[in-house]
This record gives sequence, C-alpha cells and structure tokens, in this order.
Amino acid sequence: MCNTCGCNVTSGNRHLLFTAPAQKPVSAVTVLSNLLKHNDAHAEQNRARLDAQGVLAINLMSSPGSGKTALLEATIQRLKDSLNIGVIEGDLETENDADRIRAQGVPAHQITTGTACHLDAHLLGPALDHFDLSKLDLLFIENVGNLVCPASFDLGHHRNVTLLSVTEGDDKPAKYPVMFRAADLMLITKIDLLPHLDDFSPERAELCQRKLASSAPVFNLSSRSGQGMEAWLEWLQHEVAEHKQRVKNGQTLRPRVQQDGQSLHDPASQPRFRPVVRV
Amino acid sequence: MSGLHRTQPVHELSLCQDLLEQVIAIARAHQAEKVVRVIVNIGPLAGVEPLLLESAFSVSCEGTLAEGAELVTALQAIRVYCDVCGLESEATASDLSCRHCGDFATRLLSGDELILARVELESVEEVRH
Repeated sequence: MCNTCGCNVTSGNRHLLFTAPAQKPVSAVTVLSNLLKHNDAHAEQNRARLDAQGVLAINLMSSPGSGKTALLEATIQRLKDSLNIGVIEGDLETENDADRIRAQGVPAHQITTGTACHLDAHLLGPALDHFDLSKLDLLFIENVGNLVCPASFDLGHHRNVTLLSVTEGDDKPAKYPVMFRAADLMLITKIDLLPHLDDFSPERAELCQRKLASSAPVFNLSSRSGQGMEAWLEWLQHEVAEHKQRVKNGQTLRPRVQQDGQSLHDPASQPRFRPVVRV
Repeated sequence: MSGLHRTQPVHELSLCQDLLEQVIAIARAHQAEKVVRVIVNIGPLAGVEPLLLESAFSVSCEGTLAEGAELVTALQAIRVYCDVCGLESEATASDLSCRHCGDFATRLLSGDELILARVELESVEEVRH
C-alpha cells in the first residue's frame, strides 16, 4: 500500500478524501437480531401445525446417494402397519422419489426446488397442505441431498437425522461440521458393503462425530440387507410415542439446528438508535 | 414466499432476502434516505460463507434503499465451555473438544452466530453545523 497510486484508498476511508458540500448525518442502529428471523418464524408456524395433530416430523439429511430414499422405503415397509407415515421429498427436479414412496402405499409430496440447494420453512408450509395431518403419526422430510445448506434452516420439524454411507469418507463429520453437529441421530448406512471397503471405519466416523461435541446416538444399518434396522425402528417408535406425550403436555421439541450459541445471544427487544460521529 | 421454483443458486442469496427485509424495515423506521453499511456477525459454524454473502448482498440490494451499501462480515471465534473441567477454550469447527482436558462434553459459547449486528443509515435532514 502506498501514497502514490491511490491503492491506499479503500471503501472504508474514501469518504475522508472528499468534503461533501452538505454531508448527510450517518447514524448507526444496533440490531442484534437473527438473520434467519423470518425463516424461523415460519418454522414455528409449521411446527405448531404439526404439533396440533401430534405429528412427529423428521428431517433426513445427507449427501446425494447416501440412501435416504432407500432407507425410507425399508422403514415404511416395516412400520406402515403400526404407524401412519407421510413423506415430503425435496429434490431439484423430478417426482421420482415421491413415486418410489407412493409405491409403498403411503402419501408423498414432492417439492422441486429448481436451483435451490435446500428446503426452508417457506417451502415446507405449502407442502404440509397436501397431507391430512390428523391422519399421520410420523412425517419424514427428505431434504435435498447436500451436506452444506440444509443444516442452516429450521423447517419446523422436530428431529434431524443425518446419514453417512460407508462408500463415503469416514471423516465426513470433520469435513462438514455444520451439518453433522446438527444431527440428533446419525445413521451409518449401506453397512452391508463394509466388507468390500477397507478404508471406512465406523469407529473413526463416530469419533469424528464426538469431536463435534455431539452426543447423538450412532446406528449402523443396511436398508438392503435389513442389518441393524431394529435399533432405528425402535428409535422411531420411541420418538413418536414421546412426541405424542409431549404435545399433550403442551410442549414441543426443536431440532439441533443453530441452537446452542444462538440462544446465548439475546436479541435486543428494541433497536437502539445511536449517532456515529464522523470527521 | 410461496413460489416453489425460486431462482436461487446459493443459499447465501436466500439468506439475503431475510437480511435485506430487516435492514430496509429498520431504515424505514428511522426515516433514512439510504443504507450506508450493514454489519453482520457470522460464526464459522453458521454454515454461511462470508464472501458469498457479501456478493449476494450487493446483488440483492439493487433498486432498494440499501443499493450500494457495504456489507461488513465480522467473523466470530469459536469458543466452547467444558462441562467436565469447567474451563473455556478456543476450538475449531471440526474439533469442538476441550483444549484443557480433551473431553467432548462441551457447549458452544460462540461460533454459530448469524446475527445482524448493526445498520448505518444516512438520514434525510442535512447536518447542522
């Protein structure tokens, strides 16, 4: 940086060079409000609609191809006689996944996001209109396959389930901490393929998860072979029963999205108006 | 926002809608003529890329009170509190364990913020010297 060519003039100090003829006063307003305020308000509305009917909503997140839809197919086959299940599918394009779910005999609605890489609360709201919520116990939301963006948006659901398939790297929780930290439950999927893969260690994957200060349970399973499915199905049934009790007591449950740190930052109830002295 | 087919290539752009709505509401409430600067606190665990947010912001602001406003992103440090040893430490996004005792039972004190901290506005009336 020098005083010769002008490279020391930045957007921060440029105003010092010019004496504005009638400089307008600049004032600063301290806000301290959550950037996702609108999304979160909409999420609360969605959650209230679900809670009014005692429906537990579970958000499934993973990278594309980790087996979310296959897991749903296998889960529905095993649970559809004991629980009323609905599914919302999020993809950039096609009805393919919703068609696969409907083939299992349960209601499904496809949200096609176009180019948007995640679902948000504003997209979930209208999708709920496609279901008779009074006839559901459990609503799965299969988010867009993406390990980055979906973690930042509360949809109005209750639990986050994050999938990691053994064909991916076991250090994925370390590489995508925002996503995996948000998990209420982590599923290591396609476990039937493990004998063919010498570089994936479920123990290492779990260690990476723990390093994110996560106490989320980790289950290993295979939708295809059925191996390990029992623990997952029991977890679901337990969660559905607990949620019914919870809403009876007038309580709800929020997923582990943006929870810990955010709650420590008390948003100012009234913006403060404070003049800034310039030059 | 009811349209299902929105053209938002990145989620930083959709975040900007929320941000911009809040900024413009504040500007209107203070009868400001123009938004000069917007300061946002972002933690590494918020899942938002500051550079993408900055470029998305300048695009979103076009034709609004905030056109030409500068977005300043203040990156926050990751700090954790350990439930086991009771000490605070700095941490990284992929390793939130306690630096003192190594336990994983920590709680995040800061690092996942996504907060509109401050808005600087230019008012209508001229300055009185």
